[in-house]
Amino acid sequence: MSTQTLAVLVPLLPFLSAAAGLLLGGRAPGFVRPLAVLPTAVAAALAALVAARQGGGTPVRGATELTPTGNADLPVQLALHIDGFAALVAVLVGVVATAVQLYSTSYLRDDPRYPSYAALVSLFSAAMYLVVYSDDLVVLLVGWEVMGVCSYFLIGHHWETRAARSASLKAFLTTKLGDVPFLIGILALASDAGTFRISTITTRLTSSLSGWELVHPTLVALLLLAGVAGKSALFPLHTWLPTAMAGPTPVSALIHAATMVAAGIYVVARLLPVFASSAAALLVLAVLAGLTMAGAALCALAQDDLKRVLAYSTLSQLAYMAGALAVADRGAAVFHLLSHGAFKALLFLAAGVLIHAAGTNSLTAMGRRRLTSRVPDAYWTTTLGLLALAAIPPFSGFFSKEAVLAAAEHAALAHRSGVPAVAGWIVLVAGLLTALLTAAYATRMWLLAFRGTGAQAPAPAEPAGATGVGAIEEDPPGDEPNSLPDTPPSQPRARRQPAAMTVVLWALAVPTLAFGLLFDALPAWFDSATLAPTLTTSVLATGVALVGAVVTYGAWRHTTALAPGTASADPGRLLLGPLHTTAEAGFRLDAAYRAVAVRPVLAASRLARMLDRDVVDAYVRGAGRGSRMLGALVRRAQTGNLQTYLAVLVAGSVVLAVAAVVAATGTAGA
Amino acid sequence: MHLAYPAVLSALLFCTGLYGVLARRNLILVLMSVELMLNAVNLNLVAFDVWLRDALHAGQSLALFTIAIAAAEIGIGLAIVLLVYRNRGTSAVDRLRLLRDDSRDEPAQPPAGAAAARPGGSEGPDTSGEATE
Amino acid sequence: MTHVPSVPLAAGHPGFLSPTGVEIAFVLVGVVALGAAVATVTTRQLVHAALWLVVALGGVAVEYLLLTAEFIAWVQVLIYVGSVVVLLLFGLMLTRAPIGRSPEADSGNRPAALTVAGGAAVLLVVLVVDAFRSTWIRLDVPAAGSTRLTGEALFRNWVLPFEALSVLLLAALVGAIVLSRRQGASAAPPEAAGTSEDGGR
Repeated sequence: MSTQTLAVLVPLLPFLSAAAGLLLGGRAPGFVRPLAVLPTAVAAALAALVAARQGGGTPVRGATELTPTGNADLPVQLALHIDGFAALVAVLVGVVATAVQLYSTSYLRDDPRYPSYAALVSLFSAAMYLVVYSDDLVVLLVGWEVMGVCSYFLIGHHWETRAARSASLKAFLTTKLGDVPFLIGILALASDAGTFRISTITTRLTSSLSGWELVHPTLVALLLLAGVAGKSALFPLHTWLPTAMAGPTPVSALIHAATMVAAGIYVVARLLPVFASSAAALLVLAVLAGLTMAGAALCALAQDDLKRVLAYSTLSQLAYMAGALAVADRGAAVFHLLSHGAFKALLFLAAGVLIHAAGTNSLTAMGRRRLTSRVPDAYWTTTLGLLALAAIPPFSGFFSKEAVLAAAEHAALAHRSGVPAVAGWIVLVAGLLTALLTAAYATRMWLLAFRGTGAQAPAPAEPAGATGVGAIEEDPPGDEPNSLPDTPPSQPRARRQPAAMTVVLWALAVPTLAFGLLFDALPAWFDSATLAPTLTTSVLATGVALVGAVVTYGAWRHTTALAPGTASADPGRLLLGPLHTTAEAGFRLDAAYRAVAVRPVLAASRLARMLDRDVVDAYVRGAGRGSRMLGALVRRAQTGNLQTYLAVLVAGSVVLAVAAVVAATGTAGA
Repeated sequence: MHLAYPAVLSALLFCTGLYGVLARRNLILVLMSVELMLNAVNLNLVAFDVWLRDALHAGQSLALFTIAIAAAEIGIGLAIVLLVYRNRGTSAVDRLRLLRDDSRDEPAQPPAGAAAARPGGSEGPDTSGEATE
Repeated sequence: MTHVPSVPLAAGHPGFLSPTGVEIAFVLVGVVALGAAVATVTTRQLVHAALWLVVALGGVAVEYLLLTAEFIAWVQVLIYVGSVVVLLLFGLMLTRAPIGRSPEADSGNRPAALTVAGGAAVLLVVLVVDAFRSTWIRLDVPAAGSTRLTGEALFRNWVLPFEALSVLLLAALVGAIVLSRRQGASAAPPEAAGTSEDGGR
């Protein structure tokens, strides 16, 4: 089979699996699991095969016209363009999707809605493949929107709970808020460039011979950036991501590691020449990235909910990628995307195991559960993932983050063409600050979850929300008995973690450990010069990371000595000081949005409802009431007395006769 | 003879009958009033026939037909009145108000009470046969 | 009302102030008949009403005679006075109409009835008088309503309606029987055992 055929099969297989799963899921429950796992795994293998064949060389291309648009020069094409980025990202998507599917078979074992869930995950990964492989902006948008819908359904998987419902709605609305400008941006770009083909646009922009330029590069780049900010959860539109933790943990892993949020970064990477042609757009991107990076890291330091810590860490890591893009180094961005995908998927899946075992999301409560001995696999893999997150060499996170920081330093000091030095400085400073904070919150999380004191509470005996301040209940009661906090036998069961989960964890631990070492081989796939860590930044970043870790440890020792086993043992409280409350609430951005957007909308809808009910409906109801009253009036005549009827009838005919006579005499007289 | 005499008499008889139909309570009295009205019409028919000297005698023939029809009408009418009386225990026309708008108060006459008020349904069928003869 | 086009006059219109003997008789009998009719619809004794009806119908029969329609006059006497009134009397008996004065002979609809009937009477009389005040019936020619003439007209020109009428009478007969028989023995109270066969006849 040619590489094109294989590449076409990659998105097609999960799509067919999703369709079959949705069709058959209710009727043939026995087929659901193989139907979910096998096509995803085969697609991952095919993606790997495509990557191997492509090998970072000339891009694999193929195109066929999908539909005319009315403009013969501007058709929508089912186009394929697989360069090194696409091939590697597709491999990441395949690996993470397969891991998630495998993990879900046991994680959602008893879920009644597992068939639709698995089908949606398949559809989700199919859409992501489509985004990754597509060379046509409109087809890319299709995959982009399908992902949005799937995320809506998956985050709202436990729709019985209010939190899940509102979270899914919030995610949908927020990403759509970005998608509208994104759509406009795509159309503007296409009308500027005269084509929907990404490869054509980038080739024209990068070729120095043609001298072709976009008419409004800043406008187009900013419009596209809005959509990217929505999908990849950059600063103004990031609030949906922490809330989206209401979904099942594997979904969080999927969204955070490989698909949804990665799509935004990936699209910017693909369209980087467009962004690079506008210094203003790069600057905006850098500012957004810097803000998101540092702010999210601060928030992560304050959270008590394990999944929320991870969510904010995702925000901050995504901002790293965005920062790399802001200094026009897409190699570094995608490098970090890949390594982050691996270790973040690992962290989320391990967090699922931890939450399973502890029966709570709250870090403080987890500290008393002796998770170290009960779920050793999860303990060790989480530790590895956190080390990678904190960018401790030689884990993968170290190398990719160094690549980002090196690119930023390069841009700040060496003045790359087209990249404002300010952007480089912003990314560099924010990146270093975030490195410190990342190490701090990673350490804090590890300490709280695994080294918590107060061993006197071995059995999970309190409800999840009781200790966690902002804890979201992982599963609705009765949905999954395993995670019920008050189920007594959960402790012995927790010891026997299903093999599917454990295998997945250790399988993901391998790239977490070793992927970074490929930094030497990767530039061949990308168009970057080098991804090797430079001495200055690596020493600097590792140094601040170590400082952060040590300071956190010290604070923890201090607070634990004062108040062991309570919420005040949280070192984040001490470190953040007065900022803690604000950071815990995500810098009150949600409240601000509520005040600025939600309340006016609600008020407007109330007004509309009032207008509809009290003004428009008043006429309708008035008409009804009027005729009813008229009917009541007329009904009085219905006495049932025949003589009355007859008298009225005869009187009427007499009157008519008189009228006729008068009329006749009147006309005769005239 | 002036035509006005029978015409005026006929009109007055008709209106008397009309008054009776509208004002009498007993159904049989109402029927009597109907007979009066029919007779007024007959008188008119005959008078005009005599005046016009119609070759076909249409007026008198029609008057004969009317008389026959009146006889049939009185038979059917009495049968209906008897049936009403048997079922409802009354032949007062203003008590028969089942067709009125029910949402109002004052239930006119519950059917059970009517059945109880009926003194003995035995005479009804006994003589109704004769009434139709 | 003088503008109403007058009907072509018969020769020698005598006027109202010099009535002929027939006219005097007609008016006298008419007054009696009308009075009886009024008594019929106003009396409080139900049986009296039937008897007053006899007088009124008989008066009308006399008027027929005066109008030279003798056959109709006799038919009127036979059918109305003979059978219809008897039927009505039977009806009164069967519905247990009270003998003697009954204060409830009139319904509450009386004022409306009076208004309507009075209005109609005024209207009709005015119209009729206005239309026919100069129309003259010639009664000196051979009688128009002898039995022979009527029979000839009836069986020469009006045979088909006559036969149709006989069918209608039959239908009325059947209808009256159906109406007055009891609907099944089950609907009848148990004490009607001895009468149910009569009712079913």
